[in-house]
Amino acid sequence: MELFDNLALGFSIALTPYTLMLALIGCFVGTIIGALPGLGPSNGVALLIPISFSMGFDAISALVLLTSVYYGAMYGGRISSILLNIPGDEPAMMTTLDGYPMAKQGKAGDALVISGVASFVGALLATIGLMLMAPWLARVAFKFGPAEYFALYMLAFCTLGGVGSNNQAKSAMAACMGLGIAMIGLDQTTNMPRFTFGNMHLFDGIDFLVAIVGLFAVAEVFHFIETHGKNSAIGVKLGKVRIPWALLNQTKGAMLRGSGIGFVAGILPGAGASLGSFLAYMGEKAVAKDKETFGKGNPRGVAAPEAGNNAAAGGALIPMLTLGVPGSGTTAVLLALLLTLNITPGPLLFTERPDVVWSLIAALLIANFMLLILNVPMVKVFVKILMVPSYILLPGVTMIAFVGIYSLTGSSFDMLLMVAFGVLGYICRKIDIPTVPIILGILLGNAMEDNLRRAMILSDGDWLYLLSSPIAIGLWIAAVLGFIAPIFLRQFLKKPPLPTMDGD
Amino acid sequence: MKMTMLKLLGASALATAMTTSSAFAIECIAPANPGGGWDFTCRQIANIMYDIKVVDAPVQVTNMAGGGGGIAYANVVTERNDDADVFVAASSATTTRLAQNAYAGMTADQVRFVGAIGADPGVIVVAKDSPLMTLADMVAAIKADPGSVAFAGGSAVGGFDHMKPLQIMKAAGFDDITKIKYISVDGGADAITQTVGGFTQAMTGDMSEIVGFIKSGDVRALAVLTEERVPGFEDIPTAREQGFDVVAVNWRGVYVPKGISDDQFNVWAERLKAVAESEQWKTAMTENGLAPFTKVGGDFQTWVDGVIAETVVLSREIGVIQ
Repeated sequence: MELFDNLALGFSIALTPYTLMLALIGCFVGTIIGALPGLGPSNGVALLIPISFSMGFDAISALVLLTSVYYGAMYGGRISSILLNIPGDEPAMMTTLDGYPMAKQGKAGDALVISGVASFVGALLATIGLMLMAPWLARVAFKFGPAEYFALYMLAFCTLGGVGSNNQAKSAMAACMGLGIAMIGLDQTTNMPRFTFGNMHLFDGIDFLVAIVGLFAVAEVFHFIETHGKNSAIGVKLGKVRIPWALLNQTKGAMLRGSGIGFVAGILPGAGASLGSFLAYMGEKAVAKDKETFGKGNPRGVAAPEAGNNAAAGGALIPMLTLGVPGSGTTAVLLALLLTLNITPGPLLFTERPDVVWSLIAALLIANFMLLILNVPMVKVFVKILMVPSYILLPGVTMIAFVGIYSLTGSSFDMLLMVAFGVLGYICRKIDIPTVPIILGILLGNAMEDNLRRAMILSDGDWLYLLSSPIAIGLWIAAVLGFIAPIFLRQFLKKPPLPTMDGD
Repeated sequence: MKMTMLKLLGASALATAMTTSSAFAIECIAPANPGGGWDFTCRQIANIMYDIKVVDAPVQVTNMAGGGGGIAYANVVTERNDDADVFVAASSATTTRLAQNAYAGMTADQVRFVGAIGADPGVIVVAKDSPLMTLADMVAAIKADPGSVAFAGGSAVGGFDHMKPLQIMKAAGFDDITKIKYISVDGGADAITQTVGGFTQAMTGDMSEIVGFIKSGDVRALAVLTEERVPGFEDIPTAREQGFDVVAVNWRGVYVPKGISDDQFNVWAERLKAVAESEQWKTAMTENGLAPFTKVGGDFQTWVDGVIAETVVLSREIGVIQ
C-alpha cells in the first residue's frame, strides 16, 4: 500500500520529540491567536513566519509549526464567538449566531465542547480527504470558471435571508451595504479607482478584518459602555465543563454534513473557510425540522459551521499544494512560506517532494489530536484568558483590536475606519440589522464582481453564459430555491415569536 | 521607521510566547499576493541576502497586493520616501504601468530603480489538449474569429501580460486588436487553472509561472518571447523563429525610495550585485526558467527610462493609452 508507505514516511519525520514540541507550541499559540479578536489565522501566521526563520528552522519544522498555528487558530476562533459574541477570526462569524445564545442560556460549556468536537471532526475528515484524494480533488478547481464562481457567490447571498434577524429585508439590506463597501478601491479588472475620493488609503479597498473587528468588537465595547455592563456579552459565566454526550450524539449529523460542505468550499480557490462555515450553517438550517430555533441557541447551529470552517481549512490546502493557488487568505500566507523555503507548490509537489507533503499531512493529523485535547478538556485555560473581569477585558480587547489591525495594515487610517465600523455596528444593533451579511458582502463582493465581468468578457456580454454548465445551473437552482423557499414556507410554518429585548 | 517598530511590537508580543524575539530591520515589499513573480523575486533576494550575509538579520517579506503594484508604489512614495530599510520587487509590469500612467498619476522618477538581476521570458501557453499546435495556428484562429481565443493572464487589462498577445497579433499584421479577448485573474497560477479548465483558450504569462505545469504536462507552450531559446527549455520555440518578431521579457529587479542618500543607494546596489553573483541566485534562476540579465546601479536607471519611453510609444500604437 503506497498510501501507508507514504504515511509512514511522514510520521517518521514528524514523530520526533522536537517536531512534536513545535506542533504543541503551534497548537497552543494558534488557539490563542484564534481566540483573540483582531488577530486571525492569516495575520497570526504572517507574523510568525519571520520568527520561524530567525530561529533557523528547516523547511519541515517551519511548516509543522505554522500549519499547527493555522489549524489552532481555526479551533480558537470559536471561543470568543461563544463567550463574547465577538468572532475571534472571520470564519468563526457564523458560530456567534447560535453559540452566544447558548452561552446566554448558561450552556457555554456545552457550546464549547460541541464546537471543539465539531472542529476536530471537520479538520480530521478534511485531512483524511487531503491525504487520500488531493491530486484528484485538485481537478475540481478546473471545473470552476467565471460563471460557476459567480453562481456559487449568488448561492451564498441568496441563502442569506434568515441570518441573525427575523426580517429578511434587513438581511438583504445589510448584504447590499457590504457589497457597496466592497466596491471601494481599485477595480481589479481595469485598475481604475472607485469611491476613493482621491484618498490613497482607500485605493486598497476596505480590509474585511477592519470591518469585522469594528462591527463586532468595537461595537460591543460601545454597547457595554451604554448599558454599564448590563445585557452585554462580556461576563458570561462558564460553569464546569462537562461532556454532553447526548448533545454530541444529537449533533453528529450536523458535524458530518458541515464537514462535507466546508471541505468542498475549501477546495475551491477563492471561496475559503468563511464561505465554508456560512454554507454549512445555511445547509444545516435548510435540512433542520426546527428551523425557528436556529439563531436562538440550537447546538446544531454551533456544530455545523465549526465543522465547516475547519474542514474548509483542510480543503484549502489542496489547491495551494497542488496548483499553487491559495484558497484563502491564510493559505496565501502558507504559500508564501513554501516559496521562501524554495518549495514550489504545483502539480509535481506530491511526486517531487513527498517528504514535505507527507510530513505535513502527518503533522496535521498529530496537531489535530493535540488540539482536541487542548480545546475540550483543557478549554478552561483559554477561557481564563477571556474571563478576566470586564474592566480588564474591555480595554484588553480594544487594545488587541487596535494592535492587530495596525500590525496587519500599518496604517492609522485603518484604525479610524475600524472605529467608524464600530459606530455602524452599534447603530445596526440598535435597529436590529444583522451584521454578518455586511461582512459577507465585503468578503465576497469583489470576487463576485470580478467573476461576473470575466464571464461577460468571455461571452461578449451574453448573460446565458452564466447558465452554460451543469455545475452553474445546479448552483443557480439551489440559489433560487434558497431565496424563494423561505418565502413560501413561511405560510406553512408558524411565524417565529418576536424577539424579546433584542434577542439578548 | 515608526511603523516598523510597531510591527515589531506585535511580532515580539507573539515571540514572547515562543520564548524568543528578534529584530527585522530590512523589509522587502512584494506588491502582489504570494505565488507570482514579484513575490518570487522578494523571497529569493531576501533569503539570499541573509544567506550570503550582506544583511545581518533575516529580511522580512511583506505582501502588499493591489492595483497592479500601484498600492505598494503609492505606499513607498507617500509614506516611506526616506526609508533606507525597504526595497520593493519590480519588473517590466512596473514600468509598463508607469508608462501608461496607471499608478494614479505617479511617475517613474518618484523612486530609484536599483537594478535587474534576471529576466523571466514571456510565454504563451495552451492546455495540453488544445487544437492549437503552433503560434501560427493561434494567429490564424484569431484572424478567422477574434473571439475564438480568449487569453487569461495575471495582470490587469492593458498590463504586461495583456500586451504580449496584442504585440504578437500586431506583428502578424492584425490591427483590430481591441477584439482580442483577455481576462485578468489573480496571478499566473490562476490563469493556468482557467486555461486547463477550458474557460480560456490560452494563458499569457512568464516562464516562472508555468514551469511546474509544463513539467507535469498539463499545458503546452506555443512560444517563448525571447531572442534565443531559453536554456533548460530548449524544446520551446521562440516567437521570432516562428515568424513573429516579438521579444517580451519580464526583468526581475528592485526599486527603493527616492529620498534616500546616494550612499544608501550604493549600499543597495552592492547588495543586489552580490545576490546576482551568488551561486544560490544562479540555481534559483535555472530552476525557475529565468534567463541571466544583470543591470545594476546608474546604468539601470538610464535603461529603465529608455524602456518607459519605448512603452509609451508602443502603448499609444496598440491603443492602450491615448
